[in-house]
Amino acid sequence: MSAAAPTMASARGEALKRGFYRFRQSWLSLVGLAIVVALAGLALLAPWIAPHPEHAAGGFAMNARFAPPSRVAWFGTNELGQDVLTLVLMGARVSLFAGVAVVAMAAALGAAVGAVAGFFGRWVDEALMRLTDLWLTLPGLILAMAIAAAMGPGVGNMIFAITLTWWPGYARLVRGEVMARKEEVYVQAARALGASPARLILRHILPNVVSPIIVKMSLDVGFAILTVASLGFVGIGVKPPTPEWGSLLSNARGYLPDYWWTAIFPGLAIFLSVFGFNLLGDGLRDVLDPRARR
Amino acid sequence: MSALLQLENVTRVYRGGGPFSQGAEIVALDDVSLSVARGSCFGVVGESGSGKTTLTRIALGLEAPTRGRVTFDGVDVAGLRGAARKRLRRRVQIVFQDPYASLDPRMSVHDIVAEGMVIHRDSLGLDARARTARVVELLGLVGLGAQHLNRYPHEFSGGQRQRICIARALAVEPELLILDEPTSALDVSVQAQVLALFEELKARLDLTYVFISHDLGVVRYVCDRVAVIHRGRIVEENEATRLFAAPQSAHARELIAAMPDPDPDRSPFRRAVL
Repeated sequence: MSAAAPTMASARGEALKRGFYRFRQSWLSLVGLAIVVALAGLALLAPWIAPHPEHAAGGFAMNARFAPPSRVAWFGTNELGQDVLTLVLMGARVSLFAGVAVVAMAAALGAAVGAVAGFFGRWVDEALMRLTDLWLTLPGLILAMAIAAAMGPGVGNMIFAITLTWWPGYARLVRGEVMARKEEVYVQAARALGASPARLILRHILPNVVSPIIVKMSLDVGFAILTVASLGFVGIGVKPPTPEWGSLLSNARGYLPDYWWTAIFPGLAIFLSVFGFNLLGDGLRDVLDPRARR
Repeated sequence: MSALLQLENVTRVYRGGGPFSQGAEIVALDDVSLSVARGSCFGVVGESGSGKTTLTRIALGLEAPTRGRVTFDGVDVAGLRGAARKRLRRRVQIVFQDPYASLDPRMSVHDIVAEGMVIHRDSLGLDARARTARVVELLGLVGLGAQHLNRYPHEFSGGQRQRICIARALAVEPELLILDEPTSALDVSVQAQVLALFEELKARLDLTYVFISHDLGVVRYVCDRVAVIHRGRIVEENEATRLFAAPQSAHARELIAAMPDPDPDRSPFRRAVL
């Protein structure tokens, strides 16, 4: 047995351990991971831990309007007497889900376009990448607003609209990686064995380019959440009774600065999630994509 | 002896630049003709950039010649499409030079060796269990064992990786094996083991080899017939023994003169030290 090979079983596990060690080296990435895990946990548990779940469904309590933060209502209440903590917690479900869904769908679409362009090259590449460039010239938020406005409000439509503005970045990233990988000798070897283009892309090339994609995805979730909130803020995101961070902020804008708590807590939630996903993405990049390290 | 692989007046020209620009033309192969007899070991010797790699790609059918004809077992390769082309893939396989780059780092040894059988499952007719049994058999054939099945390429040494590559190539039961400098990335002692393995496999499996190398010592050891290629042209082709004893072309003479002499007393470095 060669000296380079570690004892039997798991060089994989070893690599994983080393990766986690590198991740732990930077406490900021751990903070990011903690924030993301905490937010995800709160969002999942929201219906059970929110003090007034009925408020998220449109219920109100006019006798308790604009109560400042107190021991009873930690985040205070809004103009309808709804508990802001409840709204923020329930809003996390929509915002986080939409952010993750946008990034996942955009990555899938972009990876498909980029992989096909990078693998086949020539006119396929030219056609797909010029289309991608064209798409990139359209201002994302405005395009998303146009699409969302045309299709009507709703979480699904909003996710679809943002996805359509989001995929070109992934297409370019994946195209570059695929072009570099398709000349690898192991890809040539599979080609010589008679592997089909689909097999080459799915089995040999894409598994070897997931790292930069995952890094970009984790960095992008924060911005996607921000975009979702922006659409909510201008009023073409989620339908009204459903709480969403952007629309909560938009509602509260009219009551600043006197009733500051109605705005500050949804704003903090947006800030915290974007912050968390960015730190996490930075940490993952250090582990998965060592080339980009400082 | 019948010719298994035959190249007739094969020329391959590469055009530089993109689709909208006209770059300079590079002639990688220039009017190359050669014939590899079934059961033989045919050596191709040349410096880097002489067109060896292009020759392997054309022999594999990964690339089409600009001009000329390639026939395998009497059938013109250029005319093959679909299923016939896939069958050809089974009959010609390759072992690459760099065993560190030619194994997919994300696949286990089992998956790497079994892949050819998965791709050709229609013609080989092996189900998943039979494939695994065959992988174990192939690993045994190249001097590895069942304990290596679920490991990943980075856990192996260069010589072991080259053995995995050989097992992968043999999995589809090829008749012709192209060996593209299969030992030049290995230590000398490991080289000898791998060469001995090639010798043994050739006899057991009725293989035909095209052995591409710049190492004349190795070529003399394993090949029956040798072609010397220089700047895309074949400058000399002969029986290995005759070519090494009496090279006709200037380039072949130069290459043979540049071969290191195993006798340490005649080493030029020795004199420099003294």
